[in-house]
Amino acid sequence: MKPRWDTAVGVLLVAVFVTGLGTTDGFASRDNLAFAFNDIAEVALMALPMTLLVVAGQVDLSVASMLGLSSALTGELWDKGWAFETIVPVVLLVGVAGGLLNGWLVTRVGLPSLAVTIGTLALYRGLASVVLGSNAITDFPETYAKWAVDTTTVPGTFLTYPVALFIVLAVIAAVVLHSTGLGRSLFAIGAQEDAAYFAGIRVKRIKLLLFVVAGLVSAFAGVVFTLRYGSARADNGQGFEMLVIAAVLLGGVDFDGGKGTVFGAVAGVLLIGVLKNLLTLNDVANEVQVIVTGLLLVASVLTPRMITTVSAWRHRRAATTS
Amino acid sequence: MTVTVEKPAPAPDTERSARSLVDAVFRAREISIAGALVLLVLFTWVAEPRFLNDQGIKDLLLNAAILVLLAVGQSVVVITRNIDLSVGSVVGLSAFACGKFVSGTDHGVLTVLLLGVAVGAVCGLVSGSLVSFGKVPALVVTLGMLYIIQGLDYWWAQGEQINAADVPQSVLDLGSGSVLGLPYLPLISVLVLAGTAYVLRTYRSGRELYAIGSSPEAARLAGVPIRRRVLAAYLFSGAVSGFAGALWLARFGTVVADNAHGWELTVVSAVVVGGVAIVGGTGTVWGAALGALLLTTIGSALAVLKVDSFWADAIAGALLLAAISVDRIVNVRMTRALRKRSAR
Repeated sequence: MKPRWDTAVGVLLVAVFVTGLGTTDGFASRDNLAFAFNDIAEVALMALPMTLLVVAGQVDLSVASMLGLSSALTGELWDKGWAFETIVPVVLLVGVAGGLLNGWLVTRVGLPSLAVTIGTLALYRGLASVVLGSNAITDFPETYAKWAVDTTTVPGTFLTYPVALFIVLAVIAAVVLHSTGLGRSLFAIGAQEDAAYFAGIRVKRIKLLLFVVAGLVSAFAGVVFTLRYGSARADNGQGFEMLVIAAVLLGGVDFDGGKGTVFGAVAGVLLIGVLKNLLTLNDVANEVQVIVTGLLLVASVLTPRMITTVSAWRHRRAATTS
Repeated sequence: MTVTVEKPAPAPDTERSARSLVDAVFRAREISIAGALVLLVLFTWVAEPRFLNDQGIKDLLLNAAILVLLAVGQSVVVITRNIDLSVGSVVGLSAFACGKFVSGTDHGVLTVLLLGVAVGAVCGLVSGSLVSFGKVPALVVTLGMLYIIQGLDYWWAQGEQINAADVPQSVLDLGSGSVLGLPYLPLISVLVLAGTAYVLRTYRSGRELYAIGSSPEAARLAGVPIRRRVLAAYLFSGAVSGFAGALWLARFGTVVADNAHGWELTVVSAVVVGGVAIVGGTGTVWGAALGALLLTTIGSALAVLKVDSFWADAIAGALLLAAISVDRIVNVRMTRALRKRSAR
């Protein structure tokens, strides 16, 4: 059987994890694991819709700005005295609206998603600063904050609530992508959009739906981020879009569309998270972590390519010598 | 379908008018950005006359100079249907390298600029080799390079800062001096811009970049050395970014490791606003430069008008969306019009 990249990343993740258990004191403690996974909760959440988008040949660079907008709105509305129970639905609606705008520009106006979402990346981040300016709202009560911080875990496990939610959503995403007609449609759209259209797949509607889901999840990630740090700021999560995409691509999802698995993307996210935690525990400087992320990303696209090239070369040599 | 009773025009004429229509639309793009720019400047000037005094104009040009350079480099890559996200990191690394090199010494300006170009060219060479010979998606590779270069920069800097006091006066003079009332930096940008525009428009290799962006497959079949051209595009973009890093040092004197952090998306925005399609094959560096000038001018105008600078990002984003939407709609109309012409 041909080795698959997502399996390789999974194996790498396990290897890194086991190395961590063997070499690093305190890595395996419940507190540390809860912290390590909770620390990448928002990136992990946003990576799920991103996986579906990239499989369908699209990309959404505005996710982190939507996170920021959602965080700023949460803070501003809380400051105005709204109840948290009303803030969350409002913020989620804003996320849906943002996703609709992205999707509308891509599907109805017919623009490339990369260009559109670079625009909305600036737009949503800008709106976040308009809403909250350079203020920070920090007086979120413990009643709500406890659902996002790493000191509260689902009883009996090291899973925090955001991580537990991520697991549920990851299972849903995996089922949708790999065992439903809709999932097959995503692969079809990513592989050959025109062919998918002529095969009767509702390309535009499905793409619109994906962008809306991405907006919704990003807005929710904004609420989680706000509660986790107990701080609503307009620049929350700045630059996360790159990290989300890095994680998804690291997991072997093909940027050209049509290939990828949710398992791979999840492994990619966890690998980044575990590596970050291990490097920090071993006092490796932050800048080295940044370099490692970059190298992993380049390796993730270069290695499969090199494997194919080498095996093609071997085939050719075998054919000429025989 | 309506039947036209017009006599069919002679074939060469149709062709010429079709081409002039295409030309007009593309020129219209640059004219409309220039128009928007003029309106913006006039409006701001009326509201606040100090916007256009000597110092005001100088500031506008100085602010735009570095972004214009980066936009020129980026357009050359985007025209080939690729993208270079590492430019912001390259500027940071090059600025720091140059600062480290000159601090406390009296190296000549030229040496510093060459060092900047060299640092950038090495980065561009690595990205370009990976994209052209490794045949891996440009976005992923240059995103990886963004992290790698940024990490190297941080690692090297270790929080250290280059201060203007350590930078030789000759270098600082390049950033603040002027000739005939025009500051050096914008002049340099315009020179690079004009040179690049000339090569892209006139040279065979320049035209081949457009061919690659329009249809890589067709370009390959037509015998265009795609790998070499794409590599050259990245090399150029890297070298220009490195050069911009050296100019950054000259302009600001103070350099920290995360200079130009996050600029990559601003640069791409400027390029796209300027009419260089993200899917490659169309657009000019003049347009990209105008896009960059428009974005920085919006920032300056908001500051002068005492509008909260918080609005700057939102306006830049909305502008980008408007620009690409209008582009697309005009494009669809034009295709329809051309089809109707050729159907006749």
